[in-house]
Amino acid sequence: MPALLEARDLQAQYAWTKVLHGLSFAVETGGITTILGANGAGKTTTLRAVCGMVKTAGEVRFDGQRIDGKATEDIVRLGIAHAPEGRGTFVDLSVEENLRLGAYARRDTSNLAGDYERVYQYFPVLAERRRQQAGTLSGGEQQMLAVSRALMSRPRLLLLDEPSLGLAPLIVREIFRIVRTINRDDGVSVLLVEQNASLALDLADHAYLLETGRVVMSGPAADLKKDDAIRRSYLGY
Amino acid sequence: MDIFIQQVVSGLATGGIYASLALGLVMIYQATDVVNFAQGSMAMFSTYLAWSMLQAGLPYWVAFCATLAIAFVGGLLIERVIVRPVENAPILAIVIVTLGLLVILVSVAGWIYSYIQKPFPSPFPDKPLKIGNIVFGAHDLGAIGVTLIVLLLLFLFFRYTTLGLAMRAAAQNPLSSRLCGIRVSWMLGLGWGLAAMFGAVAGLMVAPVVFLDPNMMGGIQLYAFAAATVGGFTSPLGAVVGGLLVGVTENLVGTYVHFIGTELKLTVALAMIIIVLLVKPSGLFGRTTIRRV
Amino acid sequence: MPAPSQTAMETEGRVERAPVAAPAGAVRIAPRVGLIALLAASVLLPFALSNFRVFQFTQVLIYAIALLGLNMLTGYNGQISLGHSAFYAIGAYTTAIMIDQWNVGYGWTIPVAGLLCLVVGFLFGRPALRLEGLYLALATLALALAVPQILKYFEHWTGGSQGIVLSKPNAPLGLPLNPDQWLYFLTLGVTLLLFVLAKNLLAGRVGRALVAIRDNHIAAEAMGVDNALYKSMIFGVSAAYTGVAGALSAVAIAFVAPDSFDAFLSITFLTGIVIGGLATISGAVFGALFILFVPNWAQDISKAAPWAIFGTFLIIFMYVMPHGISGFCRLVWIRLTRSSVTRRNAR
Repeated sequence: MPALLEARDLQAQYAWTKVLHGLSFAVETGGITTILGANGAGKTTTLRAVCGMVKTAGEVRFDGQRIDGKATEDIVRLGIAHAPEGRGTFVDLSVEENLRLGAYARRDTSNLAGDYERVYQYFPVLAERRRQQAGTLSGGEQQMLAVSRALMSRPRLLLLDEPSLGLAPLIVREIFRIVRTINRDDGVSVLLVEQNASLALDLADHAYLLETGRVVMSGPAADLKKDDAIRRSYLGY
Repeated sequence: MDIFIQQVVSGLATGGIYASLALGLVMIYQATDVVNFAQGSMAMFSTYLAWSMLQAGLPYWVAFCATLAIAFVGGLLIERVIVRPVENAPILAIVIVTLGLLVILVSVAGWIYSYIQKPFPSPFPDKPLKIGNIVFGAHDLGAIGVTLIVLLLLFLFFRYTTLGLAMRAAAQNPLSSRLCGIRVSWMLGLGWGLAAMFGAVAGLMVAPVVFLDPNMMGGIQLYAFAAATVGGFTSPLGAVVGGLLVGVTENLVGTYVHFIGTELKLTVALAMIIIVLLVKPSGLFGRTTIRRV
Repeated sequence: MPAPSQTAMETEGRVERAPVAAPAGAVRIAPRVGLIALLAASVLLPFALSNFRVFQFTQVLIYAIALLGLNMLTGYNGQISLGHSAFYAIGAYTTAIMIDQWNVGYGWTIPVAGLLCLVVGFLFGRPALRLEGLYLALATLALALAVPQILKYFEHWTGGSQGIVLSKPNAPLGLPLNPDQWLYFLTLGVTLLLFVLAKNLLAGRVGRALVAIRDNHIAAEAMGVDNALYKSMIFGVSAAYTGVAGALSAVAIAFVAPDSFDAFLSITFLTGIVIGGLATISGAVFGALFILFVPNWAQDISKAAPWAIFGTFLIIFMYVMPHGISGFCRLVWIRLTRSSVTRRNAR
């Protein structure tokens, strides 16, 4: 069965600087794949490349269809949701309005109320703050909002950009728990970009290691976790 | 006291016109950081189209609605066709494009309709209204009414419709909006369409007073700048309040301060701009943006 | 399953950089040759053209000085000014009043005008520090709009709406030049001096500080660049340049009147630097050529709606060259010279 998301020889550049030098990776339907790497390895750029937010070359296929070269808003409408670096919250709008925007592109708006309920069940703090201006939420709450906004579009593939960045460990664990839940219960495939390798390898099925824009290692997450080189450089022991 | 109230009401009427034009300026600025120098001349051109329709015999309110619709489409097309090619250019380049547009519109209007002033009818009766002891011009009250209705509809649109929400989002955060599937470019076009529509309302309400000619909106656009500055260019509410404040102040100063004749009235607007900027650089309702390095 | 790649980790420290060859000899001297040719042409110009054309080119030089001044402030330092017509007016009227009322030689009035504008500009720059982008533009626009009114108000000094009439000076020392030619060379001399000064100022530390403030003033301040000082200083220098241009224009045209110094002139200046190219020195010359000649051409094309043609020119220029004529030339130059370099580096 072909993978849900497949990238072949993906290259990306910002202005005159090339950042990705030919990546090939895949996300299986229903799986959780993680891309690891140090700062500047190109992880965020990879997610941006998938969503058409940077200039790319090479192939990206979603459900067999090529999406490279398409506009971001068109790619997203195919069933991909992206919780970007920095959360991407609409800071001047309320929590509820942020969520509503997540569902903007959906063709099937039946049971929108049910989707709100589900999101509020996952993250009760959002329910408490639903009328509040999103910019006044804490970092952790904004990250929950970012993930929730992505979920409102009922995506088939969820792209998460460093969800743990700057957050307290308790909140991070909660967010990862929810991600595992939606992957298991709703079949949402996940492509997770993370600097926190140990968390990511616990969650994911499959992992890629990126260094300066190239894949230098890949395999089942369990195997990478046991690998000595990874342990020393990225897991810290 | 009666004169005071009269002047205040009269000031609110002109203020409403400034507010309509200022609102269009602020909407476009908020979404794109561009000041549309052609705002006034787009309004002028729409008013000329209304004039043509009235000459052809259409009843006033039909012409009014048709003009608003044409202005909306016109504004949308201008954004899609004329502004879009330079969307990603430096801000000043886009501003120059709007300047070019301004000049083209005034010139074409002068060419088609000539520079001779034309009278323009008001939909409101000539007879002044008497409430208590105070006499009000019917046109003034009518203009206030029209402005209020337009503003109310706009507020409802932005607050309670999904499209309005999407437009607000696109103006605030285009990148995240794209990630929600919002076609940001089209939202910009809609914004320009709405701004053109407000401009048309302003033009239609002011033409009966100052007479129709291609340079009609020049001074008024300046007042609109003053209004937007006073209110803060980042706040639609500020634009409205600013417009009303400028209109009332201009009228009161003109009435009570005797050496200010009609020429120096303009200076009042300028003085307001300078004073507000000295005291509160981002306007009464404006927000000082927090920027992280 | 592939074994972990050791080589990737080993090469982490080593940065591989493709060698960039220096541009070939011909490419390097071409700009210099071009500049010399331009200088030669500008010296020979007044002997080859009619008096009217020479007068027009004198105007071009005057505008170029004014535009260079504005470009230093707006292009290099990011402070948008719609009020430079005020400094132009101050320069022009300083000259006119000094000549008309105190019989000062026109040559002396020019540096005085420049100095006066330097001070006024610097003083204006201080309160302007608090205003960002758009708001500064509006404040300066308000200033520009007030100028004709103020000039008309102080009739005793400025001659009110009638203005002040001067006489065109003859060439000094019995040089065999008619007044138009003499004024051209005088202006050319001042222009060259000011351009060289500007080049030195902008190419060094000051230029870098200005651009740093424009691009990220918080970071610039954090790195020790005194924002307040640089921003006020450049306002003063910019005003001085424009003031000198105004003074020269009073001498060249031999007439000043309030209505020629309105906000429209300020907008024309801004248009000039954007069309010419922001943050470039050559942009001032290109912009000056544009704002002088294109309105005339527009009139030749259409008597009925000349401004419509001009506006169309503006829009087309921005489509084709959003970074101005200078920016466009630079892009073309890079394309031409880079192709040989990148072909060598491609793997």
